[in-house]
Formats: sequence, structure tokens, C-alpha cells
Amino acid sequence: MSRLELLTPEGLRVDGRRPNELRKIIAKTSVLAQADGSAYIEQGNTKVLAAVYGPQEVRHRMQILHDRAIINVEFNVAPFSTSERKKRSKNDKYDNGIKLQTSQFPRSQIDIYLQVLQHDGGTLQACINAATMALIDAGIPMIDYVCASTAGCIDKQPVLDLNYLEESSDSPELTVAILPRTGKVNLMSMESRLHVDMLESVASLATEGCEQIHTILDAVVRDTTQHLKDSLMQ
Amino acid sequence: MSLRAKSFIKRTKKGNVIKVIKEHYLRDDIWCSSALCESCNHTDALLSATPRATESFRTPHYIVPDTNVFMNQIDIMEHPAIKDVIVLQTVREELRHLSMPIYNRVNAIVADKNKRFYAFSNEHHKETYIERMKDESPNDRNDRAIRVSVKWYANHLANGKKKAPITVVMLSDDRDNREKAKSAAIKCSSVRDYVADLTDSPELVDMVVSAKDASEAQAKADGKIEYEEHLSQVQIANGVKNGKFSQGTLNISGHNYLEATVMATVEGKQQNVYIVGRKNMNRSIQGDTVAIQVLPKSEWKKTASVAIEEDEDEATEMKAESENTDGMDVDNALPEMPTAKVVGIIRKKWRPYCGFISKKSIHGTEGSTSAQNVIFRAMDRRIPSIKIRTTQAHTLAGQRIVVAIDSWPTTSVLPLGHFVKTLGSSGDKETETEVLLLEHDVPFQEFSKRILEDLPAEGEDWVVLDKHVHNERRRDFRHLNVCSIDPPGCTDIDDALHVRALPNGNFEVGVHIADVTYFVKPGMPMDEEAAGRGTTVYLVDKRIDMLPSLLGTNLCSLRSNVERLAFSCIWEMNENAEIVNVDFTKSVIKSKFSFTYEEAQNRIDDDRMQDDVTKGIRTLNSFAKKLKQRRLEKGALTLASPEVRFNLENDSQDPVDVELKELKDTNALVEEFMLLANISVAERIYSKFPDSALLRRHPTPPDSNFEELRRALSEFNISLETSTSKELSDSLDRAVIPSDPYFNKMVRIMTTRCMLQAQYFSSGTEAEQDFRHYGLACPIYTHFTSPIRRYSDVMVHRLLEACIDADLTYGQELTDKMRMKELCDNLNFRNRMAQQAARSSVELYTNLFFRNKVVEEDGHVIRILRNGFVVLVQK
Repeated sequence: MSRLELLTPEGLRVDGRRPNELRKIIAKTSVLAQADGSAYIEQGNTKVLAAVYGPQEVRHRMQILHDRAIINVEFNVAPFSTSERKKRSKNDKYDNGIKLQTSQFPRSQIDIYLQVLQHDGGTLQACINAATMALIDAGIPMIDYVCASTAGCIDKQPVLDLNYLEESSDSPELTVAILPRTGKVNLMSMESRLHVDMLESVASLATEGCEQIHTILDAVVRDTTQHLKDSLMQ
Repeated sequence: MSLRAKSFIKRTKKGNVIKVIKEHYLRDDIWCSSALCESCNHTDALLSATPRATESFRTPHYIVPDTNVFMNQIDIMEHPAIKDVIVLQTVREELRHLSMPIYNRVNAIVADKNKRFYAFSNEHHKETYIERMKDESPNDRNDRAIRVSVKWYANHLANGKKKAPITVVMLSDDRDNREKAKSAAIKCSSVRDYVADLTDSPELVDMVVSAKDASEAQAKADGKIEYEEHLSQVQIANGVKNGKFSQGTLNISGHNYLEATVMATVEGKQQNVYIVGRKNMNRSIQGDTVAIQVLPKSEWKKTASVAIEEDEDEATEMKAESENTDGMDVDNALPEMPTAKVVGIIRKKWRPYCGFISKKSIHGTEGSTSAQNVIFRAMDRRIPSIKIRTTQAHTLAGQRIVVAIDSWPTTSVLPLGHFVKTLGSSGDKETETEVLLLEHDVPFQEFSKRILEDLPAEGEDWVVLDKHVHNERRRDFRHLNVCSIDPPGCTDIDDALHVRALPNGNFEVGVHIADVTYFVKPGMPMDEEAAGRGTTVYLVDKRIDMLPSLLGTNLCSLRSNVERLAFSCIWEMNENAEIVNVDFTKSVIKSKFSFTYEEAQNRIDDDRMQDDVTKGIRTLNSFAKKLKQRRLEKGALTLASPEVRFNLENDSQDPVDVELKELKDTNALVEEFMLLANISVAERIYSKFPDSALLRRHPTPPDSNFEELRRALSEFNISLETSTSKELSDSLDRAVIPSDPYFNKMVRIMTTRCMLQAQYFSSGTEAEQDFRHYGLACPIYTHFTSPIRRYSDVMVHRLLEACIDADLTYGQELTDKMRMKELCDNLNFRNRMAQQAARSSVELYTNLFFRNKVVEEDGHVIRILRNGFVVLVQK
């Protein structure tokens, strides 16, 4: 059987990365004028757009919580996002564990819309990162960034940030989301089998990836804020 | 790091056309790996500081071969004289698409650090990556990529601080590529020219595969066409689809290399189709998967088979062939057999062949070293002679050598090949044994150091400790009267038995199997090696072990009066040997006796012996008889295959006598309980791993297999019912001729030959009704009882352990059904090879024994050919 070689003898992956390297990340905030906050993130060829509306009045009175805000997440994968065009149904199976200070906004609602424009592996992590950026852009107070990253395991070698090819060739994939400042883990999600002996090294690699992502996102946020500040000062 | 997007269009399995976009990162941290280079940051350089320099290239240099060099000259690349080679990523990727076997061989060389082959990722290197130009074919692009990389290496090595001058040479057999390289000032050479300079290993010149197109064009110019062109893959695929052609594996008759059969579907029925004559076989070789076209009925084969020894010169060969195909005048009573011709080869099964050079084909005087064409004859008679070109014809005469086929053009009667290596002189026992191991693809090299490191550090002093008893949920059976019964001289004892009466009147019977998986853990190099070997191979004079002998014959072997770890299967049985309860557990045992079959038999027979152990054996024996009786009633077959034993002279290991193996009651005793254990284990692992249990099945043989035997038996007014194993077994019992006591045995031997092979399979890949074991007449079966000598049993041990120990962690190796299937395919292959190797070894010794000897014996003719017959000699 001609199985794809995911890791060459010299230790490079299919796309030329080393096992502990992330894909190229491009992040932008305030990409939509309509929304209260928005962000666009590219992790390699995975491209996600996030829009945040709120805090605003709760749409259905039934759902009002008197001590905090409710969060409504809608997740959508565009039919043109993969190479084979497919119609997909809306689902919001991802509870992305965003850490908000929701108690500051009682009786209100925050809507987060996530749109996957292009899918090349690691949609969950990209969505979490995009949502974080959009929430920051919306100016909603948060305890910390929520940074997510995936890691998997190819031939017993832990690898960071799997692309679609690596994901689909039956290698396990673990998504980890952390609060980088405290190192607290918000989310760990895996839908495949991974040998328990490998779990620790894979999880720690993913955590490392989260920290790298945090550095990148933080730089972007600071940069835009600087721009904002500069334009205000003028 | 910079980024390029690679985008291309491809067709999916469903036929949709899609666009694939991939990221492609270019790096600046890929090093050249030369020990001389100081500008790169590599830590352990692979390429040496002092590579070879040759007559034509006087600067020391590294070699960069192109794809076709690996494709065609892989034998040369594997030669120890070739070192310091740069394998480009472009080349590896092209190889992967062209040929997986060669790709794997290249990977094996790259992994061998002594060969100093460096895999350079030129496609991900910032300076050697190139984009495909407009109107450039992918092939041309890759050739250019190779040249760019060679150029980069040359410049890289020339610049910077260097202790000594060094350069690179590109090897290519493509003239066009070489010209382009020359114009870009890249040093290059053809393989032939290059190895001609390596004067210290002259055999390399013989190993060069001649460029195919040259010889073919030459012969075409001569106007000689011997064979029809093969059809293209697309034509074959369409033909097979619309039923014009059938597809199957070519199986050449061992008696006659000009006659072959293919198991294929013809007229809606799965049957053997004959292919007669060289022309109709159309350059296909034993084992090839071929596409065949059935000939019109008027050309169907009516004759009995002919035995042909391959003749020296081609003229008689061709004559024999025409005789064979035209000689239809005789015996019209024989039914017509469907006959076909090969129209194309779907998959070639070429491999290196062992054999010798036909003496008559050698010309010139002794000691001349000019190159000449000689005829190579393979040991496997089903393989056609191969034409090779060599300079060492005279030194190679009388030697066993290995040759690989390069090509078989339509213009050549015989395939063309090249010399690979010498094994030793023919007739020598060592050499002949090596030949038969190679021919059966048995891995027989010593265990490497990496593997031996997996053995317990205590070595021979390893003992069972308290922690084994207390911490590992092992049951302590050390007080029980466990004993083992094996053939004399057996050192790898993997099974032992015990029985004791229970207070409730039932009996507890235990089968204890060596706990190999305690030492062999998944993923260890030792485990991988064992999985590759698959089984221990038993030859007449030696044994090729699957596991290092420290484990096989010592730490795992359940020897008497030593504490050993075991995996036990414990039944509670009532007096009629019916199972009340079954339990599996890891355990610690201390065997009290290791008997030979004979000793155990004597104890049973000797009424004076009344100790517990003897009584136990008697109980087991009576149980075994009941079990066997029940099995036979269900329709289990008792077949016979003659097994012989050689008495070897101690020093020289020459055979001095030959005898048939004798079977005693006690053989059956052990066998019965092993069967029972295997069945119990099979049921258990299948219940827990419905998709990935490793089981063993024996398919019902198709009716057509029995046709010849049935025809022969009808002469004696004996009918053979074969629809179920029960009917077969009954009709075998009736097949008796009072005047000839040996007759029944012979029928059984011949029935054995009609059977299909039993196979390992993964339970997720077959339907449940196909799990049946025909010969044993049981619905489910596996192998559990010989983990020292069979890898299947090792896997079954792991599966069973996962069944009984809920806390055990295990990986995909136990749950992935495709992986299990791949493993089973390998085990089936290894098993078949091991069996054949063992048989060939017996043949070899039989030949040695009867060499220069005339013995008179009675025999039975079992098959008649047109010009010969096959005799079974009883003794």
C-alpha cells in the first residue's frame, strides 16, 4: 500500500515544517465595520472569520440570566472551504470555552459568529483563536487570551499544528486551549485514539504551541492598539 | 522561512476533479551534511571528509544519482563500495511513485549509517527549490531540480573555508540530462563509465543494467520479434472490466516450465486455466499477476502434461515446445481444458534469483576476462533462463550466484539480467542452504545489536522474582504437577500441561504457554524483527530463530525444575471431557518434568508407575481420546503427509540414515489440548475484538481441486464426497483396498495436496461464516500455543491479555484492522515460505543421501505425464 510519507528520514513533514513548528499565522482585527468586534485569522491554509455582536439585549426573554451574560456561538463551514464542494449543515458543536467576565454584563447576550472560509486542518483551534481576537476587538473584558493549538502524533513523534493531509491520514489530533498567563487549561478535545503513553508529550507540545500563538496574537493586538493610539494622538 | 503555495488538480476516487492546494515551506536550515563543511550548522555530518576519488574525477567527490539510476541500478547502489551518496528528495518522491519496493530499498540504505547516504530535502531548501516553468513537463522539471541541486552542492562545497577540495558528481544514464548538465558545468557520468573506474570492485561492472532502449533498438533493427507486445494498462483494465480478459496469478508447473496455470474466472466459473508454451506465456514469470485471454475452444489443451528438463540450447527448447503444443493426436478421451494466452502483465513479481551459469554457454579460454553473454539457470525450475553479460564467466562457473532480471524485450527469447553476487561453490552444503533460504526469502542474518539490547539485562541469570508473582496479577501455579511433552531434542518448549481433580468431582486441566509477550513488547526493535520474520524456520540441520535464542531456548522455554512465566488457559472439565468453565490467566509455573513423547508413552503403558504425574498423564490421555473422538464425529479430517527425519553424522552433519517420523498416542495428547486451547482463545479474543482479532481459517477447497484424484479413484470404484469435511472424512475412511494396506494412507496424502492453505486473517476483514476451519471442522480457530516460534501467537497473546486485564494500555496495533490485515498477509507469506524452505531442505538432504547410492524400494505411481511419471516411495 502506498502510504503517504508524513515524516521524512531527515525529520521534515509533508509541507517542509519540522515537528515542533507552527504554520504561518496571519491575524487581523476589525475587519468588519458592522460588527462590534471582528477578526480574521489564517493558520496556514485554514482561514476563519469571526464576528462578535454584543453585549446586547437578550433576544428571547426566556433565556435571560440575571447574574451574567449568555453567550451564543454560531459556527458555519462554507461549502467552498474544502477542495470538494459540499453542503454542510449549521452546527455549533463546539463549546469553545471562552473565558469572559460575563458577570459584568448581567441580563445580556453576546453573539459570536464563526465562519470557516477555507479548511486545511485545525478548524477548532483557528476558531478559538479567531473568537478570542474578535472579543478583544469588541472590547469585552476577558481574564486572559484563550489560545488554542493542536498537536498530533506521527510514528510516535509528537507533531504540532496538523494540516488537513496529516489530520486525514489517521493520525490522532489533540486540541488544547489554555490561558497563557496562568497556564490553566480550558479545553482539551480529541476525537481519535491516542496511546496514553504519548498523551503527555503531545499535550505539552500543544501547550507550547499555544504559548507561541499567544505571542503572535498579542503582538497583533498591541500593534493595532498602537495604531489606534497613534491615530488618536494625531 | 518562506512560503510557496503548491496547487494542482487531481481526480478523486469517485471521479470528481478537484483542486488541491498545499502549503510548501522553504527553509534555510537544511544542511549539506558534509564533514568538511564549516558554514552549515549540522551536528553529526553523515558524508565523510574523504570520499572516493576516481580516475576520471580526481577530486574527492560525493555522488548524486538521478531517479533512473536508483530505478535500474539499485543493486549497484546497495553494493558496499558505493558510499557518500546524496539522495535528493526529488529523486525519492519520484521513486515512490514509480516503485514502492525500490523506494523501500532506498530508504533502507539511507537508514544504514555506514553506507553514508544522505537524504537532502532539496524541495524544501530555499536555494534549490525551483518552480515548474511554462511548457515544462514534470519530468523535465525534476531533472532540472536535480541539476540545480547538484550545482548548488558544487558551489556550496567550493566556497567557504574548506580543509580540502571536494566536489559532487551527478550519475545519470540519460544522455540528454548529461548534456544539459555538461553545458551548466556540472560534473556527470553514466553509471557504466563511473563503476568502470572503481577498479577495486570489478564485479560492479557486471552488475550494471544495460540501458534498455539501446539493446532493444538493436534487436528491432535485426527484425527479430519473438513475442507479441503487451497491452497497455488501460486496455487491460477495460478488458478485465468487460469480461474479455481475466486476471490471475501465473503459476508455472514444477515439472514443465512451458506449462502454467492461472486461477481465473472463465465462463462464470472460478477454475484453473492452462497456458501452454513460451509464446502464450508471453514473457510472464512465475508469480506475476497477468491478464489472460481465453483461446478459442479448438486450441484448448487436450494432452496430459509433459515433463521437461530445461535444455541447454534454444533449438531443442523450441522443438519441445512445438511438440507440446501440436501433439494433440493422443488420448482424445481426456477432457478439454480451458486454455489461454497472456495479453499483459498487471504486476511483475521479479526478484533476484539464485542459480548457476550454464557451462556450455561460456566461451573463450580459461582466465579470459573479456565480457561475454552467458546463460544463467535459476534453481527454481519455473523461472526461465536469463541472459547475462559478465566479465568473470570463468570464475563464476560452478558457483552459485544471484542474478536479477532487468528487462524482457519482445525481441529476445530469454529475459536479460545482470549479476548481483556470488554465494559460493555449488554442492557445498552451506552454500546450498543459503541458496534455499534466499530463494524462499527467509531472513536469516544474525540478530543485530540493537535487537539484542532488548533482552533482559540479567541475561541467563534472569529469574522469576516475587514482584512477578505479586505485582502482575499472576497466579502462582508453582506447586502444581506441570509437565511438558515434546519431541526428543526439543529446546524451545512453549507448552506444558497439568491436570488435577477438583473437590466437586470435576477436573481442572491447564495448558501453560510460555509468556513471550512479557519480554517482547510492541514497538521494540526485537518485536519488529520478529514480526518481519513471522516464524521460526526449521531446516534439517539448523533452525532460523524468530526470537534471539536467549529467549527462545532459555528464558521463555518452560524447562523442567525452573520457575518460568506463563500464560495459562485453565478449564474445568467433567468426566466426559466437556468444558464446564474456562479461564485465562498470566501465571508462574515450575514444570516438574519435560518428557519426550516416548517417555510419556512409556509411563502411560507401565502399570507399575502410580505416581501423581503419571496418573495425570493417563487422565489427560483419556480426555484427549474423548476430545479427539468428538472432533472426528464433527468431521475433522485425519490427513497424512509423510514427514521424514534424517540421522545426521555428528561432525560433518552428513545424512547417514533417513526414516519416517513416527507418531505416538502422546503426540495426539498434546495436540488435542493445544487445539482446545486455541479454540477457547479464539472465541475469547473475537468477543472482545470483533474487528481486529487475529484468527486462522481453512477455506473449503473448491470441488475442482479434487477432480484429478476423483478420476484416479474411480478406477478403483471408490467415490470421494467432498462437499463437507464430514463427508470427505467418511469417504476417506471407506477408501480401503484390502490387498494394499498402504493404499489408504496414500489417498490421504493425495487428499492433503488438494487442500487449500490455512490462513491467518483479521476478523474484521471476512464474513463470520468464512471463519471456519475446514480441516479441524470448527467454526473459529487461532494460534495461541507456540509464541516462541510463531509471531501470530505473540499477537494473540497480546489480544488475550487485553481481554483479561482491563487496566492494560494498548495501542492501535491491536485495534486497527487494516494493520492487522497487513500483518496477517506477511505472516501467511512467511509461513508458506518457511514450509517450502523446510521441504526444500529435506529434498536437499535426500539428494545428498542418495548421491552415489542405489537403493531398491517399492513405490506407487501417483501421476502420469506424457513422458514420465511421479512415484511415491513408502518406507
